[in-house]
Amino acid sequence: MSVIEFDGHNITVSVKDVEAILGLKNESVDIHEVVSKENVKELDANYNLNSFVNHVQINRFRTFSPANLKAVIGLLLLVPSLTLRRIRSYLEKFWVLMSPPLLGVEEEVQSNVSSPSVDCGLGLKERNYLGLSDCSSVDSSGVSSLPDNNKNNLNLKATELRLGLPGSQSPARETELCLLNSGKLDEKPLFPLLPSKDGICPSSQKNVVAGNKRGFSDTMDGFSEVKGYAYAEKSWMFHDAGSDSESPQTVGHGKYPGNSGANVILSARSPGAQASVKKDEPANVLQKQPHATNGINLKQTDISNNKSSAPAAKAQVVGWPPVRSFRTKTLATSSKNNDEVDGKPGPAALFVKVSMDGAPYLRKVDLTTYSTYRELSSALEKMFSCFTLGQCGSHGAAGKEILSQSKLKDLLHGSEYVLTYKDKDGDWMLVGDVPWEMFVETCKRLKIMKSSDAIGLAPRATEKSKVIN
Amino acid sequence: MMNYFPDEVLEHVFDFITCHKDRNSVSLVCKSWHRIERYSRRRVFIGNCYSISPERLIARFPGVKSLTLKGKPHFADFNLVPYDWGGFVYPWIKVLAETGIGLEELRLKRMVVSDESLELLSKSFVNFQSLVLVSCDGFSADGLAAIAANCRFLRELDLQENEVDDHRGHWLSCFPESCTSLVSLNFACLKGEVNLGALERLVSRSPNLKSLRLNRSVPLDTLQKLLMRAPQLVDLGIGSYVHDPLSEASNKLKHAIQRCKSIMSLSGFLEVAPRCMSAIYPICGNLTTLNLSYAPGIHGNKLTKLIQHCRKLQRLWILDCIGDKGLGVVASTCKELQELRVFPSDPFGAGNDAVTEEGLVLVSAGCPKLNSLLYFCQQMTNAALITVAKNCPNFIRFRLCILDPVRPDPVTNQPLDEGFGAIVQSCKQLKRLSLSGLLTDQVFLYIGMYAEQLEMLSIAFAADSDKGMLYVLNGCKKLRKLEIRDCPFGNAALLEDVGKYETMRSLWMSSCEVTLGGCKTVAENMPSLNVEIINESGQTVFNLDEGQKVDKMYLYRTLVGHRKDAPESNQTYLKCRGDLTRSDHHEPSLNDMIKDMKLKNISGDDDFIISESNNFKLQSQLFEKEEAEIMILKWKRL
Repeated sequence: MSVIEFDGHNITVSVKDVEAILGLKNESVDIHEVVSKENVKELDANYNLNSFVNHVQINRFRTFSPANLKAVIGLLLLVPSLTLRRIRSYLEKFWVLMSPPLLGVEEEVQSNVSSPSVDCGLGLKERNYLGLSDCSSVDSSGVSSLPDNNKNNLNLKATELRLGLPGSQSPARETELCLLNSGKLDEKPLFPLLPSKDGICPSSQKNVVAGNKRGFSDTMDGFSEVKGYAYAEKSWMFHDAGSDSESPQTVGHGKYPGNSGANVILSARSPGAQASVKKDEPANVLQKQPHATNGINLKQTDISNNKSSAPAAKAQVVGWPPVRSFRTKTLATSSKNNDEVDGKPGPAALFVKVSMDGAPYLRKVDLTTYSTYRELSSALEKMFSCFTLGQCGSHGAAGKEILSQSKLKDLLHGSEYVLTYKDKDGDWMLVGDVPWEMFVETCKRLKIMKSSDAIGLAPRATEKSKVIN
Repeated sequence: MMNYFPDEVLEHVFDFITCHKDRNSVSLVCKSWHRIERYSRRRVFIGNCYSISPERLIARFPGVKSLTLKGKPHFADFNLVPYDWGGFVYPWIKVLAETGIGLEELRLKRMVVSDESLELLSKSFVNFQSLVLVSCDGFSADGLAAIAANCRFLRELDLQENEVDDHRGHWLSCFPESCTSLVSLNFACLKGEVNLGALERLVSRSPNLKSLRLNRSVPLDTLQKLLMRAPQLVDLGIGSYVHDPLSEASNKLKHAIQRCKSIMSLSGFLEVAPRCMSAIYPICGNLTTLNLSYAPGIHGNKLTKLIQHCRKLQRLWILDCIGDKGLGVVASTCKELQELRVFPSDPFGAGNDAVTEEGLVLVSAGCPKLNSLLYFCQQMTNAALITVAKNCPNFIRFRLCILDPVRPDPVTNQPLDEGFGAIVQSCKQLKRLSLSGLLTDQVFLYIGMYAEQLEMLSIAFAADSDKGMLYVLNGCKKLRKLEIRDCPFGNAALLEDVGKYETMRSLWMSSCEVTLGGCKTVAENMPSLNVEIINESGQTVFNLDEGQKVDKMYLYRTLVGHRKDAPESNQTYLKCRGDLTRSDHHEPSLNDMIKDMKLKNISGDDDFIISESNNFKLQSQLFEKEEAEIMILKWKRL
């Protein structure tokens, strides 16, 4: 496991990621080439190379669309022993093998997989932002879930299971996967926050990974989950709207990666909850499903499930349409950034009022014009600079110059001010506690509060201090 | 009579001849002209870096100062060429450096540029001024830092659509304080942060800066400061354009932009809040070039409003989110338009907002000067193409890409043969053509018959039989580059006239019916060709039998023979070359030498071989002194 810079962010990579990447290649040899020596044995012991190879041959790499490329590269980049050149040649192989005549067969699979993964870059980005920013909320753990601690533990087990303990869980897990497809669905909400966990506490992550042995199915699954992260967020978000109890839970899972717990089976959740998930976001579920089945397939070499209901997407032919790959990638990045604007018919502006303690007036901001917390925070900082400046000066910080971008954050960090928002339910929360997209959806008002006033609202901050203590 | 002029005078006269083709012709007039031309040639274009060796280049043109090199085949742009295929620039730079020529300008396209190459480049040529990299990869910000730090007279650093590995932004601060010569700086393709302070200082000490293209990480307030310092800019690429229209920054920006009266070319807007577009309206009236093809954030009526201000546009690159309606606005506004490129905003999506034949017809009717087109669209009809051909008979480049590659005319359900036929028939100057949609052999008949000036043709998913390719090879006399994918062309087409390939720069065929045996036959019959087979299925070529189809074949003429840098790790490459029959140390016959020599002109411009094929002998005679002495008599007899 290592931390590597990608796209301007530090990303933690684990054996899990490596394994997932290997899903792109058909030679088992590559596993040894890619994974550092220490890991090889572990990998070997934990999944059956033959079935792995079979799987890949069946799928002939076409489960991945070019739109995934960025994600794949991102993950490949994380493997220290891989040279860039080597990565490229792997990618070349995989692209070329997606040969057009055979495409039809796997078309559906492809489409299933591709759509969530398109979001991947965003997912990565977002989580890293969460992980790295010094904005108040971020480092906080799943405070909101505290009340539900018991439940949490249950689900944490589930999470734990996913990550796996050496040797112990693999067979059980497998059967679960086979028997309880719905169990998979259940996990969806669990996963999204895993990545942010990575960002937040790399040290604990290390532990997790060190003891990390999984069957390949898990891995594969995990991979798709990671890729579908942003996507999963959405579904999570939706059923948040639907049922109050679930989302905090969800938050909790991600936040307690280190918790070790008893063996609780994935299906800990009530079927009712699953049903509601399905109802709320049928499309998401459908699209998710293939991931799950994919994972199973790795072990079972059975792809029949993949033919599940999927919107027929265009078959993707390598090199068609003839758009420079540079352009494709660049546009993929920027269109993601613009998705907030473009996603809906017409760029519906989303104005929210912003108030600040001590400021004589309110301002309005259009949340759709920002794509990260960072942008929002710097914009707010500019709007209210006169006031923070004053504050700043009065507290002896260097306030003479124009505020640098980090000033407000510094202020926030230094507990002078915190940025809070009122969510759909009318509760005041700390900005930064959820992924940006979700924040945009739920935010009704913004308030820059004196942190002393915000303590009540900021259980996460308190929580954090508890943890530290 | 001209021969009585002293060399210096002739040389001075030749200096006014800038076109490669003309210079090639000049060098054929007589021995002394050849010699003078050879020593005075400053700019050399090499369309394929494996067609000739750098040693040979310098031997013929010792005074070269500007070199343009192209590497990988065009299809590498679309991921059809393995990453490790080759196209390394290092050997070239190494040789150029060792021979001590005074290189000042290097333009590379689709080449692998390592950091070492850039460093060597920066240290070897004292007067190096201009580096242009297009679609290159393999280098990082470290290499750029070396260029910045060591090239004291750098005028141009232009990075276009390169994939740069390292995203660190330190390179900008490596320009020495004494560097004031910059005229053009383009780093729009870099992903990472840049040192904004260093950028501002660099711009403010570069009074001659005319072209500046920023990347995504340069925010609006920096842009505003840069514009205040460089109001003389002619070409501006905006990175991030996100701000609150009511804020102070916005007012400042408006003010700054109004000062930039000379801006004629605008691009970028990699990040954009469409609301703020009105700030740039004041300069739109002067724009001749507008590239919004990386700006998906500008769409809808913001986009059309913007375009309505750009009355002088000659070149417009845009995304298909403009829609047919938007193209109608272009048609009614931009009467001077010569080049239009419409890119897909979501190449792999369903293409919901893609443009159709309607938009193209509108533009062709409204913009009579249109001569270059790249158009990604959802559908196309024969009737539309016929109308377009009638409206704009001046097309030089016509590239049409229907996102669904085999889609017929949606109205008649017929293939698009007649439509493309109309294009080649009425556009007499057509040099470059890309086809798509459902097409039969018929369209190739038209192409072979009418497209006399055609130099580059791209074919995908078309034709029914070998006939298609034969029509083209037999008909298009000036064809230089032919690239084909997923067409049913086999050995019969490939082998019909192998001599033709010597007049062309390259031929690419992937997913066609060509077999290994066919490729070998070409290679054996044409010693001046390299035939490369790229087999992706993991089998080594040696395991294949002759009848096995090859995945990809790339053949090109060359003077250097086998290239040494083909990837060896995986034996997916077979380079068959005709000298299987002769040993490497074999003394070449006179005949061989003539053949060889005529190819030497590749280094000048490979146009020559096609257009002047009758002069081969003459050229060969003139090429090397001793040989020329012997053969000059022969020539006189002619």
